[in-house]
Amino acid sequence: MMISLEFSLGISEKHLMYQYNDDDQTLINERVTQYRGQTERYLKGELGEDEFRTLRLMNGLYIQTHAPMLRVAGPYGLLSSKQLRMLAHISRKYDKSYAHITTRQNIQFNWPDLKDVPNILADLASVQMHAIQTSGNCLRNTTTDHLAGVCIDEIEDPRPYCEIIRQWTVLHPEFAYLPRKFKIAVSGAKQDRAATQLHDIGLHLIKNDTGEIGFRVLVGGGLGRTPVIGKVIRPFLAKEHLLSYLEAIVRVYNLNGRRDNKYKARIKILVKESGIEQMTEWVEAEWLQIKDGMEVTDSRFNEIKAYFIPPAYEPDAEQDKSFDSNKAQSTAFATWVKYNTADHKIPGYRAAFVSLKAPDSPPGDITDKQLDAIADLADQYSFGEARNTHRQNIVLADIKQADLFDLWQKLDALALATPNIGTATDMICCPGLDFCGLANAGSIDIAKEINEALDDIDYLHDIGDIKINMSGCMNGCAHQSVGHIGILGVDKKGVEWYQLTLGGSSENEAALGERLGPALAKEQVTQAVSTILKIYIENRLEQEVFLDTVKRIGINPFKKAIY
Amino acid sequence: MKIIKDEQIIEDSWRHITDDEEIGSGDITVSLSRWNKEKKVLLAHQGKVGVRIAPTDKIEEISANLNDISLVAVELPVFTDGRAFSHARLLRSRYGYKGEIRAIGKYIPDQVFYLHRVGVNAFELENTEELPLALSTLNDFTVEYQVSSN
Ligand code: SF4
Repeated sequence: MMISLEFSLGISEKHLMYQYNDDDQTLINERVTQYRGQTERYLKGELGEDEFRTLRLMNGLYIQTHAPMLRVAGPYGLLSSKQLRMLAHISRKYDKSYAHITTRQNIQFNWPDLKDVPNILADLASVQMHAIQTSGNCLRNTTTDHLAGVCIDEIEDPRPYCEIIRQWTVLHPEFAYLPRKFKIAVSGAKQDRAATQLHDIGLHLIKNDTGEIGFRVLVGGGLGRTPVIGKVIRPFLAKEHLLSYLEAIVRVYNLNGRRDNKYKARIKILVKESGIEQMTEWVEAEWLQIKDGMEVTDSRFNEIKAYFIPPAYEPDAEQDKSFDSNKAQSTAFATWVKYNTADHKIPGYRAAFVSLKAPDSPPGDITDKQLDAIADLADQYSFGEARNTHRQNIVLADIKQADLFDLWQKLDALALATPNIGTATDMICCPGLDFCGLANAGSIDIAKEINEALDDIDYLHDIGDIKINMSGCMNGCAHQSVGHIGILGVDKKGVEWYQLTLGGSSENEAALGERLGPALAKEQVTQAVSTILKIYIENRLEQEVFLDTVKRIGINPFKKAIY
Repeated sequence: MKIIKDEQIIEDSWRHITDDEEIGSGDITVSLSRWNKEKKVLLAHQGKVGVRIAPTDKIEEISANLNDISLVAVELPVFTDGRAFSHARLLRSRYGYKGEIRAIGKYIPDQVFYLHRVGVNAFELENTEELPLALSTLNDFTVEYQVSSN
């Protein structure tokens, strides 16, 4: 495809993300027209309920408890300031002036009108965004590390590969009616921040002995009702074979995955039932037939990589003295830096987290004003770019250390500077009973209670690094089975109950949490979480983080204290 | 019965016969299992012969006989069963099949564009009133990211 600047986003000279060319733009415009036609036919009664359901789902539109929910794709989490402003605009015009960031780096609107959706999609298309394949039994939005391109432990920037995968997945004609949804995640760093072991396909960028870049390919990971950790199907795949290998896996799945039972339809069940050896044999055999002729060429890689070249960092950013003196003068600032910023590969820069976990707001929610303000801050301090994270926060990835103090003050004024990233109140939480038609139990209100119980920030920081994930039902949208503490809403005769698990992790040492005991009543949950944290504090060795203590002492001490 | 073939609505007279039905005369399709069992008889049939591929069928089973098969009908027993898409794709790209690939079953006009892209060139819709709409969807997209088989 040709690179065209016609559709650049206004600040393209500073802009570090993929820019649509004419073909990309035509494609999403045509998609809007197609979807508009489908909506009209449905409203006129010419398209049946079931048929429209499948079609709207493939365009991110669910019908939830109160209203439709529209999920917009955040391509591997990246958003430009212009896109952020458009999201703010959409939330004002068609929704209740807020949006929600999801664990797959997408953006959700909870209150749009079904008949407005074509117009929303047209607005999105005007800033190179869409809702294609954000739900439904198809290839979903590819996700990656929110610190891609800036982190200190990176082997290779995953974003160009994500973009290549994005284009391959979008409107893939063969794989639109898979047995079940299909999710791909890519990690390019030593530390896995993209939960790649818990995706249908996980790709790890690695270097082989000769220094060649390729992928370790995992298959069959997944959360939901039957959480499974992915298995290695190919230890090293040369990068030019990326698309043929993905195609081989998905074709084998499309033809062999179970379609008789929706709960057994994910690829993880196929891998489990056939065994990884058989699965590998099928995939490799398929791949051998298609690999020649489907190679991604070097010039193609370079063309895409050109969109992700590092921005114009200031070479002397590290010379700045104000950063240290501000930290020395303001403990609040120093605390925020400690929790809400991450090391950057360029000296004198840091990545800053915008916390969407303020105590009094539902985890991951963001108002129109905040979206607009983050857009301004991104323009002012971070080359006009922001990223959604897997844990439902936003990152401004390229902040000069000299700017951090100003940024912090401005975020603080917006209630976006709660210094809790990576702590107990940085919970992943699904919409639960408040919005989701499938929910057994509320999750937002429990999150609020836990926040209230942990309102002492010093105590929160003393507890340190811990991940609490909470889902309102077995579908596990908030990945409770890999939470250090997992909370799962279950329904017992119409009453909300909660199953707790301990010791899960989605990082390098991925693990599924162990059940703590029988489900707890709603009013016992927050107390139980507090007890778990207390037992940890009592038992931890010096510097030992929560997960390590759980691994060392097992779940019994926690169990005893709670039951 | 009217169908879409090669981007036109035409009258069509193929019969899809069941496994215990008389072969009779004219152009017919049979299930893959009947094809496997009665190949000799079918090859001697005066009219043209096609094979229906159900979702669970293995397309490889007809790969050696494609010169004798004038039509392959890929079935969608429910519109959400996407195996027909891979079957059509493999027929065209792996086995170089040049004959008619027809989509049959309970699918909807909105799937015709993708079916066409994976190599299906004939569309038999249960509701023939939807044929013009189905035909128009072939122009839904003018650009694409993946290699096509159409
Ligand atoms: S986990 Fe269940 S309740 Fe929560 S969003 Fe997913 S489906 Fe809905």
